[in-house]
Amino acid sequence: MRILAGLSIILFLFSQTIQAQSQNKYGQVSGSFQLDAQMYQPDSNLGITDSLINGKTVRMNAFGNIIYRLGNFSAGVRYEAYLPPMAGFDSRLEGHGFANRWARYKTGIIDLTVGNFYEQFGTGMIFRAYEEWTLGYDNSVDGVRLILNPMKGMTIKGIWGTQRYFWDTYEKDDRGIIRGGDIDLFLNDLFASMNESKTKITLGAGLISRYQADLDPIYKLPENVASWSGRMNLSHGGFFWLTEYAHKINDPNAINNYIYKDGQGLFSSVSYSQKGFGLALSAKWIDNMGFKSDRTVTGDALFINFLPPNAKTHSYSLSAMYPYATQPNGEAAIQATLNYRVPKKSKLGGKYGMGIEVNFSHIRSIEKTAINDTTAIGESGTLGYESQFLSIGNEVYFQDLGFEIDKKINKHFKLIASADWIKYNMNVIEGHVGEADVDAFVWVTDLSYRFKRKHSIRWELSQLLTKQDQGNWLSSTLEYNFAPTWFFAIMDQYNYVNKDGQISFESENGEVQERDIKKLHYPTISAGYTKGTTRVLLSYGRQREGILCVGGVCRAVPSSNGFKITITSSF
Amino acid sequence: MKKLSFILTLILVTNLVMGQEKGGKSLPDVSVKTITGESFNTADIENDGNPIVISFWALWCHPCIKELTTIADVYEDWQEETGVKIYAISIDDARSTAKVGPLVNGKGWEYEVLLDPNGDFKRAMNVNMIPHTFVLDANKNIVWQHTSFSEGAELDLIEIIEKVKRGEDVSE
Repeated sequence: MRILAGLSIILFLFSQTIQAQSQNKYGQVSGSFQLDAQMYQPDSNLGITDSLINGKTVRMNAFGNIIYRLGNFSAGVRYEAYLPPMAGFDSRLEGHGFANRWARYKTGIIDLTVGNFYEQFGTGMIFRAYEEWTLGYDNSVDGVRLILNPMKGMTIKGIWGTQRYFWDTYEKDDRGIIRGGDIDLFLNDLFASMNESKTKITLGAGLISRYQADLDPIYKLPENVASWSGRMNLSHGGFFWLTEYAHKINDPNAINNYIYKDGQGLFSSVSYSQKGFGLALSAKWIDNMGFKSDRTVTGDALFINFLPPNAKTHSYSLSAMYPYATQPNGEAAIQATLNYRVPKKSKLGGKYGMGIEVNFSHIRSIEKTAINDTTAIGESGTLGYESQFLSIGNEVYFQDLGFEIDKKINKHFKLIASADWIKYNMNVIEGHVGEADVDAFVWVTDLSYRFKRKHSIRWELSQLLTKQDQGNWLSSTLEYNFAPTWFFAIMDQYNYVNKDGQISFESENGEVQERDIKKLHYPTISAGYTKGTTRVLLSYGRQREGILCVGGVCRAVPSSNGFKITITSSF
Repeated sequence: MKKLSFILTLILVTNLVMGQEKGGKSLPDVSVKTITGESFNTADIENDGNPIVISFWALWCHPCIKELTTIADVYEDWQEETGVKIYAISIDDARSTAKVGPLVNGKGWEYEVLLDPNGDFKRAMNVNMIPHTFVLDANKNIVWQHTSFSEGAELDLIEIIEKVKRGEDVSE
């Protein structure tokens, strides 16, 4: 008894001293959750009938994420439910369960994770495991990851596991096993002579190998496919240069039509910036770099690597109507972005100055030549084709020339205005064979009027002009904000096509024909409430079909009509 | 004796549990990158005991850019009054890494910019939607956080920063 009393007193005093130093003696718990749900109703104008909805009038995607941390140890789980998944999300997501669970121990030198993890080697050209909730994308690796920091400036990573494929648990031979390693060297820390150098250099290299059994009755397929990359970062003052080269050995798969050609990729970007000015140039060349955990799978699942599109991600709805998606079988791209701040008090800049951004991107095919007279380019079971490294083909896939200015006009008004000329190869990007390239011009004006300390109104007006696809659009949004809590908005996107509602196109035999497009309004009202980290968003109306791209991965969003709610919070 | 030890244990446990509620959560230590491409550990986020603001943003997020541009106009004043330091964490993926520096400098922002291309820091901080802004106190504990931005929200933010500087409790 006395011992117990004595122990309690000691523990009590101990706890007081501990508390004086840290509040987290038993660890801390944090997390977040989100619910996205939509109620669908029939809409004859969009061709949505009761039978199409098929009883699934309410669909929802939800997740709950919990992370526990205590000192060097952390662990977490994520529970997901798609019951059923919202329209536009892969139907294989239907289900619920713990999609993600992991435990991690991290010290100065060793960092070990078991369970599901996300990781990237370099720019991701050979390996990137990540998740993007709004796309329904998650290719986490379930296995083991070890990160070593044997000395300052050196990081060595090793991974081994299988990737997530919706709700399928791994069974022997149902998908590939991936394993690999990466080393990153920051020369300024490793070499004493470079410690004080103004030039900072990082070198890195990575290797990934996928093992997948060959169960194909026709072809003899390589069971171990390796992909490696080398990279270099150099920075000096305002100058920055990043280059990465990747190579993949022969990998006949569903993306490249089962050819035995190897793959190559090069990504290089250079930028210079100083106060008030920034310029970034980048070039990308890829040939046959589609790499998945399962060579037979198509769609947006099981990608081992990540091939970012070299184009600007637009945030305004009409500017983002024709977004580019990387063509893993081959593309050559360049991009230039200029940011400039016109100084305050100058003639053009006015009292507060003005920001200008110019953006240009151009993406084409690469040149592919037949390997001999009897084999067609891309023929299954052969070497496929030949291509010179850095060759540029004749077909334009995408081009975007854009200007954006942002200006604070006075104490009450702020304006953002942009204009973009876009060329979009519908045939290649969306796979709609025979459709003409879309030539579009989009302009946007986004005006904010702040009339009281925390009250503001935002009016966004935008127009898309094109003679192809569905013709012209006009979009207007009026939003009232009471910072930081409420907002209320009404929006209408009107596909007015053109004067007669007809789009001309060339049919297969070269004739010019007319196609009727219905002139349709897509009105939506929405409202939101935010308190701290909790947000509730409600919207009701007709949503147009479109493509939602986040970080270069795109998801087709079908048209819909109904009520939508999103609730999100973190703790 | 039995009663005493029981009471003491109860006080002990209560203290530990109460200790959880006060003071906020500490920063996770995650490896991110600086604009010049070197590794940076988030545990090294530092401001000598002054308030720290961590704001998650991306090149494609207009409200994020609006928030950071609005604050940029008054950042100097804020720094003079409170000594606050703002860390702007870009969650843009690898293709945009080289464009972040030019945009930040092109707009004349003076923040500490860090790059989180694979979302590791974003996930560890439980960020779902951006902009998501955190305020840390003198002990680098997260004492306040908010998501979304509209004109006028920066007025709330500076009030919180001033309170944190004075050592007041800002939990809601």
